[in-house]
Amino acid sequence: MTRPNAPEQMPYEGPPDYRVVGRHAVFPQTDHDEIERINFLAQMNRHLSTRVVPGVRAAYDNRIAPGFEKANGRALADRHEARRASLQDPAFTLWSALRRMTMEQRQQAGRWTAIRQREALAEKAAALTEGDTRLRLDPSLPIPRYVSAVDHHCMPGSYHSEYFPGDVTNGANYDHAGFVTTAGLLGKYSDGGGHAVVKWVQRNFPDFKPQAILEIGGTVGHSSLPIAIAYPEAHMTVADLGAPVLRYGLARAKSLGVDNISFVQASGEDLSIFPDASFDWIQTTMFLHELSNSALDNIMRETRRLLKPGGIVLHVEQPQFTPDMPLFEQVMRDWDAFYNNEPFWSRMHELDLDQHMVDAGFDREKLIHGGVTGVVDRDLFPDAAEDDTEDYGRKAAWHVIGATV
Amino acid sequence: MSVNDAIAQAGAKAAGKRPYFLDEEVETVLAITMATVQELAVSRQRIDTLERLLEDKGVLKRQEIETFTPDPAAAIERALSNQELIARILRIVQQRNEAADLASDVASEEVGNEIGSRP
Repeated sequence: MTRPNAPEQMPYEGPPDYRVVGRHAVFPQTDHDEIERINFLAQMNRHLSTRVVPGVRAAYDNRIAPGFEKANGRALADRHEARRASLQDPAFTLWSALRRMTMEQRQQAGRWTAIRQREALAEKAAALTEGDTRLRLDPSLPIPRYVSAVDHHCMPGSYHSEYFPGDVTNGANYDHAGFVTTAGLLGKYSDGGGHAVVKWVQRNFPDFKPQAILEIGGTVGHSSLPIAIAYPEAHMTVADLGAPVLRYGLARAKSLGVDNISFVQASGEDLSIFPDASFDWIQTTMFLHELSNSALDNIMRETRRLLKPGGIVLHVEQPQFTPDMPLFEQVMRDWDAFYNNEPFWSRMHELDLDQHMVDAGFDREKLIHGGVTGVVDRDLFPDAAEDDTEDYGRKAAWHVIGATV
Repeated sequence: MSVNDAIAQAGAKAAGKRPYFLDEEVETVLAITMATVQELAVSRQRIDTLERLLEDKGVLKRQEIETFTPDPAAAIERALSNQELIARILRIVQQRNEAADLASDVASEEVGNEIGSRP
């Protein structure tokens, strides 16, 4: 288990002090109490997953499942029935209430810090991005209902709302306080997912020399920058619906010394701004669950159209539901769908993604399957591969599904 | 003004109907309590920061805090401060107890009806 940020002689398990996070030009300033609020909330999430969830599991095993069986003469049939039965149990509801309010407190804490300095952040972002052709915004872009109807992970205003021209508030909130949810498992620049993808591709496709790379739904570039850095001969394009995250993303990238990257406001469902066969590599990272059924299929068709011959598409996601996954784990993994504003999470994780890929025009023989865990600076951050805590649906351990063409 | 904006908007509701897992009033009070706990944690960290900075600057040794003994007058001031804090926080318990001791308790609305009625 991990001992981030702690001398060897001091045993410690848990998130590192927030002060080890990496900063850049548009990273919001955080005063003492703002930092300690984030530290507290990261510890709250860890407490819930390590100290409270075992009690929820015991309630499920000892009361919820047997109670249902006794009352109905049969076992719980599926995760939906198991979730509804769990909602009748005080262990599940108390944990749920605490988990929900911790997320709300995280959003409030992050928004406080971002909003109080948002004019200054916008000025810094403007100084870094104005006149730069690597930022292409489209104010006429409609925001689809799967993004606008409920704010994903209870983040008010989601990725796309802007409060004044040039605003980066929601990018700054998303970037600097995500630490609360990941407890440091995504590393110094919240980029452990991107590093994991790079490591996986370099191991599995050592001769791959991409020139043009696209990340769809890349927000501020957390996962894209490690790819751009690992392939300096290539140009990385980040497409996203949200102007605040894209402005923030280019400013962040440039101030971190990453220049082979562009940020484009576009829907992954319609990337007609790019001609057929434009990219060698198309990536999505923890993105598919924030879509809709039709959007997922449209995006898969667009990725097929946009890939060059010999190109690769990779989607990194939390694991799918499978018949051998215990119902308790399924209920826990489903929690975000119902109680943390991730409406597509539940249905997305039961899809036959292979079939969707094939329907989008990919060759079944050329599908790719794998698994990755977050790659971080292990001197300071906990390593997901060695971390035995399980915060269902949030751990930095993902499945890879993709294809070559 | 950004601080006013932050006060007004940091706690904005996310789009999407909020689920309540417990009785809504109970969950509301729990949410207030947990936000207060958060601020208590922040205050404790701030005190710890102060102690360490003061020690670093040679103003005090933190061990002096652990072995601190107030003089008798200070001890009484501190004891009264604790009593005051408890009394403030448990006001509602005091008021419930006082109400339980009354033979009858009349509501303002009833008195209003009584003294405002025409003869």
